[in-house]
Amino acid sequence: MLEIKDLHATVGGTEILKGLHLVVEPGEVHAIMGPNGSGKSTLSYVLAGREGYDVTGGRIIYNGEDLTNLEPEERAAKGIFLAFQYPVEIPGVPNSTFLNEALNAVRRYRGEEEMDKIEFIKMLRAKTKELSMSDEMLKRAVNVGFSGGEKKRNEVLQMAILEPTLAILDETDSGLDIDALKIVADGVNALRSPERSSLVITHYQRLLDYIVPDKVHILAKGRIQHTGGKELAHELEAKGYADFVGEAA
Amino acid sequence: MSILPFIEGEPIAGRQLIGQDLAWLTTRRQAGIERFQKTGLPTQKLESWKYTRLRPLDDTRYLPVDAGGTDISIDTVPSVGDVAARLVFVNGRLRADLSDISELPEGVRFDTLENVLAEDPLWVEANMGSVAKDADQAMLALNDAMMDSGFVLHVQKGKALTKPVEVVFIGGLTDQAIAYFPRNLIVLEEASQATLVKHHVGHGRAEYFANSVSEIAVGDAANFKHYKVQAESIHAAHVATVHTRIGRDANYEGFGLSIGGLLSRTETNITLAGQGANAGLHGAYMMRGNEHCDNTSYIDMAVPNTTCNQVFKGVLDDASRGVFQGKIHVARDAQKADGRMLNKTLLLSNDAEIDSKPELEIYADDVQCAHGMTTGQLDTTALFYLRSRGIPEALARNMLVQSFLGDALEEISDENVREVFLDRVVHWLPAHCFLAGEWKESA
Ligand SMILES: Nc1ncnc2c1ncn2[C@@H]1O[C@H](COP(=O)(O)OP(=O)(O)O)[C@@H](O)[C@H]1O
Ligand SMILES: [Mg+2]
Repeated sequence: MLEIKDLHATVGGTEILKGLHLVVEPGEVHAIMGPNGSGKSTLSYVLAGREGYDVTGGRIIYNGEDLTNLEPEERAAKGIFLAFQYPVEIPGVPNSTFLNEALNAVRRYRGEEEMDKIEFIKMLRAKTKELSMSDEMLKRAVNVGFSGGEKKRNEVLQMAILEPTLAILDETDSGLDIDALKIVADGVNALRSPERSSLVITHYQRLLDYIVPDKVHILAKGRIQHTGGKELAHELEAKGYADFVGEAA
Repeated sequence: MSILPFIEGEPIAGRQLIGQDLAWLTTRRQAGIERFQKTGLPTQKLESWKYTRLRPLDDTRYLPVDAGGTDISIDTVPSVGDVAARLVFVNGRLRADLSDISELPEGVRFDTLENVLAEDPLWVEANMGSVAKDADQAMLALNDAMMDSGFVLHVQKGKALTKPVEVVFIGGLTDQAIAYFPRNLIVLEEASQATLVKHHVGHGRAEYFANSVSEIAVGDAANFKHYKVQAESIHAAHVATVHTRIGRDANYEGFGLSIGGLLSRTETNITLAGQGANAGLHGAYMMRGNEHCDNTSYIDMAVPNTTCNQVFKGVLDDASRGVFQGKIHVARDAQKADGRMLNKTLLLSNDAEIDSKPELEIYADDVQCAHGMTTGQLDTTALFYLRSRGIPEALARNMLVQSFLGDALEEISDENVREVFLDRVVHWLPAHCFLAGEWKESA
């Protein structure tokens, strides 16, 4: 279970998150919607432990443990995964090597054995196929020369391999056509289980037709301004943010 | 005091020198001494030495090589593996027991300079100094005077070496500071082909000073690949001067990997002398501690329709220092010249420093030339990206350093050599925990 209590966070000295509360129970999918610049990506970075995103108040408790002082790799090992809004290109490092290193690192950290090479390749091929990605994308350097949609799919591939217990998807739907959107949604839905939860950050209600959330939150001005069920996303789409943001401000 | 204050004793008189019965060589040595006396050691007042001071030479007195120390047992000699022949020098002396030149193809001479001076002095006389002519270069003058080792590679017209030949210079392994002066003479006649790999490595903690000169003549339509690893000890000073002349439609590919040495400098002078000549001069440098690495080059595009390309990338940690000076000169009538030069450095520490000065000097009007340089730090977003996938920070940093150097190493067209060099890079990294094998597979 993820429990965020009165979270304050600064970026470059500016306070962006200003007392954010959020509880995600195991098995739940929560959507976070909000205008540009409202702090959605900041929240995702703070959860993943990015340097320079400083928690100045409040707590982030995950499965009973305070995450605030953990390194990003430790959080990854504890099952937290962030699908980046802007995935990073790493020239010269083959995608498959990257994926293998990541999985082995997480396994080592958890005291598990590294996965056998042949077994890994088999697993990787199968997941790649499920996401309608070509094997060729495994040989290429991480995200280099990938289209916007391919980068997003590659994020979902990483998620499928690491099998996180808390997946945070930061606008994974942006820039995807409808077919790609369905593939990405299928990837996320495939991981749904009573122990796993997701935070789906999105701008558009469209993705939530495919990944149906248990709750929808509206984030603005650094706080959750409003929480509702899946119908809230439709309401937002119709009315815009102004009403919701205004009411709590 | 000796005229070479950093050398113990008289430089020439009373010493056993290679080719000492040859009058022309004695004259050359004498002229070298005289030139060096005039110039002295290069100082930072010289434009080409602006960023490098030969510090260790001020504080150390080196013994010449005939002081011995060459019979030590050596268990590992670096190699790229499958080679046609190999020469190994320890402290400037040939180690026959570690060398093998018994199976050279016909039309190829590959031997020590000493042997070739004994067997074919006229050939050496005709070729030595025909490419390395710069009278103002103090380090060339010093080598002219002091040459005590080195090799000859001579490939006759139309002949091809299918496997590389390899030369290993091992320094150190003594209790005293020593100096040695390899002189290398490489002549590829018309339409011949060869690949040469040089390893300069240090053992132990001894100080040493290696001042080498290579003269390279790449004949018309010949193809020469020239690879060098400089992994000297952290007490070593390594100064190399290279002069290369590339003929019509000939191709030269050079790559220098610098991964060790208290002070190192490689000065490369290339003349693209015939139409259609092409030079690739590339390198990677990785320094830490107080190491200083200088790559200086001068490429003269002397005639029309020549091409050259330079990619130098480096990683500097701790308080290490890098210098890149590159000048491409396009002569007045050298139309259609295509020259590129790129230097990129990654600074891993706030105390590390790079002086980068790429320059173009163009006197022709119809040319395509470009140069660029960047200096940066590890990309924090990329580092976070890798770590957010569970990859520990140290490993993530290694991956990014390898990623950074990758495209320089891509310039090595010989796959086997590239693999060995990649391995060197991986082992330079702290706690080499990255999957070197897989990285190499893909590169
Ligand atoms: N590195 C940074 N330095 C300073 N301000 C930043 C930085 N990153 C984001 N911000 C600011 O934080 C606010 C929230 O940004 P972000 O979390 O990216 O919003 P969203 O993802 O909701 O569009 C914005 O006002 C943005 O300008
Ligand atoms: Mg965002």
